[in-house]
Amino acid sequence: MPELLLQTEAKEGRRASHRLPASGRCCILCHTALTHYLFVVSPESREKVLASVFQYPRGNYRLGDRNAFILSAKEIDVLWTLKSGASTESSADEPFVCSKFIVAIGHNAAAFLSSFILDSVCWEVVGVVKLWNEWCRTSNTTNVLPTDSFCLFYRLISDPTVLLCQCSCYVAEDQQFQWLEKVFGCMRKEDLQVTVLSTCPVADYKTQESTLTLPSPFLKALKTKEFKEEVCCPLLEQPNIVRDLPAAVLSYCQVWQIPAVLYQCYTDVIKLDTVTIEAFKPLLSSKILKSLVKDVSESTKILKKLLTTNETHNNIYI
Amino acid sequence: MFVPCDRGGGSASSDFKGFTLLMPAVSVGNVGQLATDLVISTLNMTKVGYFYTDCLVPMVGNNPYATAEENSMELSINAEVYSLPSKKLVVLQIRSPFIKNKYRPFCETLLSWVKSSKCARVVLLSSSHAYQRDDEQLLGTPLRYLLTPDLEKAVGGLMQELNWKEMEKVAAYPGINDTEKVLHIPGGGITKLLFTESCSRGIQMAVLLKFCSEGDNIPDAFALVNYLNEWLQLVKSEVNTSSQWKIPSSWRLLFGNGLPPALF
Repeated sequence: MPELLLQTEAKEGRRASHRLPASGRCCILCHTALTHYLFVVSPESREKVLASVFQYPRGNYRLGDRNAFILSAKEIDVLWTLKSGASTESSADEPFVCSKFIVAIGHNAAAFLSSFILDSVCWEVVGVVKLWNEWCRTSNTTNVLPTDSFCLFYRLISDPTVLLCQCSCYVAEDQQFQWLEKVFGCMRKEDLQVTVLSTCPVADYKTQESTLTLPSPFLKALKTKEFKEEVCCPLLEQPNIVRDLPAAVLSYCQVWQIPAVLYQCYTDVIKLDTVTIEAFKPLLSSKILKSLVKDVSESTKILKKLLTTNETHNNIYI
Repeated sequence: MFVPCDRGGGSASSDFKGFTLLMPAVSVGNVGQLATDLVISTLNMTKVGYFYTDCLVPMVGNNPYATAEENSMELSINAEVYSLPSKKLVVLQIRSPFIKNKYRPFCETLLSWVKSSKCARVVLLSSSHAYQRDDEQLLGTPLRYLLTPDLEKAVGGLMQELNWKEMEKVAAYPGINDTEKVLHIPGGGITKLLFTESCSRGIQMAVLLKFCSEGDNIPDAFALVNYLNEWLQLVKSEVNTSSQWKIPSSWRLLFGNGLPPALF
């Protein structure tokens, strides 16, 4: 039987054309802006185009075995502008030397670094992550508001081996491994030390008493085997666990024997909040961050600004 | 992939030639994983490596088998390998669910590791939905076993002596055509996939499963681990079968925190 070239058109003018194999049942994929439509064509009705239609969510599909379309893991792109200022894809050049890698995951952790560590004089942007998932989308712009979703990398100008990452977007489970490989794949791991800051709802904290009476926010730490320094707060006791990107980073460091510490702040506020941000303050006296802290008066100014930017969205009752 | 804990001279600790690999399937009630926790905790097994994979949801926590302050600070990840050379036993514990579409890649990686590390046989602990049982299965023991043809030759006779029940096959098209029978393990996760792949690759695998439902699955875990013990004799069987297994410290607060006093 000859091959049949099928062209399908959808409302918004997007087309997908696929060569059908000569025999057997096959599936054709075409999409409009929002959904993919999967047409299952039986051999008898090939000329009639479709036997059944299924609606599938948007995403990247690839042709798997048995002629079925499989949803691929959502791709993420890490774009570095390390050397000449031109953007390069990750791992295009040699891995760069990194002695300290500080990662802030979530709005509050990212705001803590913005207030107490980062500024435009001592730090320069060297990378951005572009990703899409059902919860958020980031772009490759580096001009962001604290309330946006973004994932940016900064480098200390006076010591280019110090790298900092603010990741306020949600990285989905099937993207976390890619994030690790693409970020850690670019750096040399000898003498690397990793610090992770993140937040988590206090309702997830398992303890004998009720969480209502616990004074929150509070900090708990987890460290890898190779991390030999002092931690600034008590360790996270069993049966508590850590999930998502902070867990992925720590797992990577534990397996590949990189000294790393995670500081998790348990808080009862979901949004950007100064009390939660200030709960991270004990970290400013730790060995890694001590040398990077900027002027305290600057920090208070920035914290105030953060609050007002956030609160203009909260005036719905006025 | 398997990554040993110590990279230095510890190659002896990752030599599993002739060992029995015990592992759970992430299945209904997490019974296999709970039973594996009991084995690791009771036999005081040492961690020898990690199973680093992108197929499982990441998670970390402190040592779930900690017995004292000193050993409570070691970090554990979502898939780890423990070993007990004196009993030629190596255990893979899986602590989180699979990421969508990653069942098959995980099975591939696992079975190729089994072949390359030259394990003698694999024992898979699993469970299946109790509500899918037919009338005959509702009576009698809820425990079942399955053996790949290669292992059947070796231990098939032993199963007969122990009076164990093999997992029944069900009709492929119930109500229409009762002659064609297939293996069906609802709620078993990757159990069926691993079993069929092992059959076709000549790997010696045994599946031990229990029919159960979601809920407090600690008694189911005890039942499954005692069932395993009848065959492998990991601990001495005693009259009071629940006292010979040590519950790990991480099993606290399985059903949430304490209640707020203001509630009453």
